[in-house]
Amino acid sequence: MHTLSKMTFVELKLKLREPISTFFTLVFPLLLLLLFGSIYGNEPTPFLGGRGNVDVTVPGYIAMIIGTLGIIGLPVALAEYRDQGILRRYRATPLSSSSILSAQVVTNLAIALLGMALIVTAAYFVYDLELPAAPLAVLVAIVFSGISFLAVGFLLAGLMPTASAAQAVGMAIYFPMLFLSGAGLPQAILPDTLVKFSQVLPLTHVVNLLQDLWTGEGWNMTAVLVLGGMMIVATAVSTRTFRWE
Amino acid sequence: MNPVIEVDHLRKTYGAVTAVEDISLHVTAGEIFAIVGPNGAGKTTAVESIMGLRRPDSGEIRVLGLNPQTQGRELKQRIGIQLQQAALPNRLKVWEALDLFATFYGRSVPWEPLLEAWGLADKRNAQFGKLSGGQKQRLFIALALLNDPEVVFLDELTTGLDPQARRATWDAVRAIRDQGKTVVLVTHFMEEAEELADRLAIIDNGRVAASDTPQALIQNLQAGSRVRFTSQNGFDAAVLRPLPGVTQVEQHGRHITVHGSGPLLSHVVTTLTAANQNPADLRVEQANLEDVFLALTGRKIRA
Repeated sequence: MHTLSKMTFVELKLKLREPISTFFTLVFPLLLLLLFGSIYGNEPTPFLGGRGNVDVTVPGYIAMIIGTLGIIGLPVALAEYRDQGILRRYRATPLSSSSILSAQVVTNLAIALLGMALIVTAAYFVYDLELPAAPLAVLVAIVFSGISFLAVGFLLAGLMPTASAAQAVGMAIYFPMLFLSGAGLPQAILPDTLVKFSQVLPLTHVVNLLQDLWTGEGWNMTAVLVLGGMMIVATAVSTRTFRWE
Repeated sequence: MNPVIEVDHLRKTYGAVTAVEDISLHVTAGEIFAIVGPNGAGKTTAVESIMGLRRPDSGEIRVLGLNPQTQGRELKQRIGIQLQQAALPNRLKVWEALDLFATFYGRSVPWEPLLEAWGLADKRNAQFGKLSGGQKQRLFIALALLNDPEVVFLDELTTGLDPQARRATWDAVRAIRDQGKTVVLVTHFMEEAEELADRLAIIDNGRVAASDTPQALIQNLQAGSRVRFTSQNGFDAAVLRPLPGVTQVEQHGRHITVHGSGPLLSHVVTTLTAANQNPADLRVEQANLEDVFLALTGRKIRA
């Protein structure tokens, strides 16, 4: 336990020393919040079903952080660790494989929660964000969706030959998902066909899960099943495809 | 002496490529044991199997009485590893690396003295990515010693170091042995093995070509030695011919070379002193491990 907490603490420090990854995971969603907040404010509008722009987009931005970490952050970091021989060095210690990988999961979840805290704090003080109806359930849902996306991250890390391949493929998956899922933009501005199509994107279900819990509609069971299924399948496959060197 | 490492008929293939054909060796407590051979001979695969980082196809391995495959984590508590190819995160600071790795072991020594001992005290707050090759290497040695290991594995320790840094590292390796630890040194530098090893195994094409002390390997070669010197005022080299062990005497002007075997140098010196000859450049040239490798394999090691 001491090892895991130390490892996680060190990994967090390392992540925060990487200006680019820190920008995309923590600062970029904040900038989007301030940009669209300054344009549209947070007044209730019939266009968004009687809710304010900030109230609708904040759960989306949290989903965006989860997507960034799982689809780009984790696979690129793991592929780099593998390419450079860092995983090799850790494997030459008594650390178990699961501790090495758990530290990555815990670190990324901590970053997701940190990103959430920044977004919610800024939105609350600047735009009077409506706080979630079930805060504890929202936290559980963030961790649940986070683990599901990180499982996909392990899968991608195992399949991608190099860190740059992981970066390229991650971007290709991430950006369409970001714009169509409701994470980067409210789905209200999308045509119906794209909204229908977006149901096949896992990130859409993170947005739905968080929004429903935020507004007090309870657990979106479709989202829970999709994300839970993705977690199980990705974990099962990645245990076979993950490579240490 | 206690065998610390016992390897019997180790074999490891990667698909169609046989990295290790058949390697058996044993290492006794407190010695520096070198595994030498050309690049691609199977040294690293063999030693990584011994450390439990690779799964051999067949063969028996015991390290400190443990099976590296089934008791790997227990074993890694008691050995220190410096890998040929490894890295740490670029932005990890030197002290953070030591502090982090210390938590991986049930028992560890304080890391500040290790920083001092390995000349890294002033690099304490430097990030790994900013260290020179030699500094990275020293950090990896410090990490390998963090758990006060009984056996230390050093794989291509001095590759990429300048001659001065290499000499300093050799002294440090002897110091590790002098603390009572067993050292397994993997190297493709014959000179390094000859300099450091108490015993060694020469590996070629995945097999042990020879294993013994460096001195015994060189003596068994029976390549003999040569004594060279420059003579003074009209010395007749013919007096050296009847000496025991002398096979040939060459004289080119004042430059004389005596070929032979056995305690050649002392016979030559005795004779020269009697003849009032005191050459300032008297030197003996002996066969070395490079010659042993050449004789065993018919190839030069660096070919």
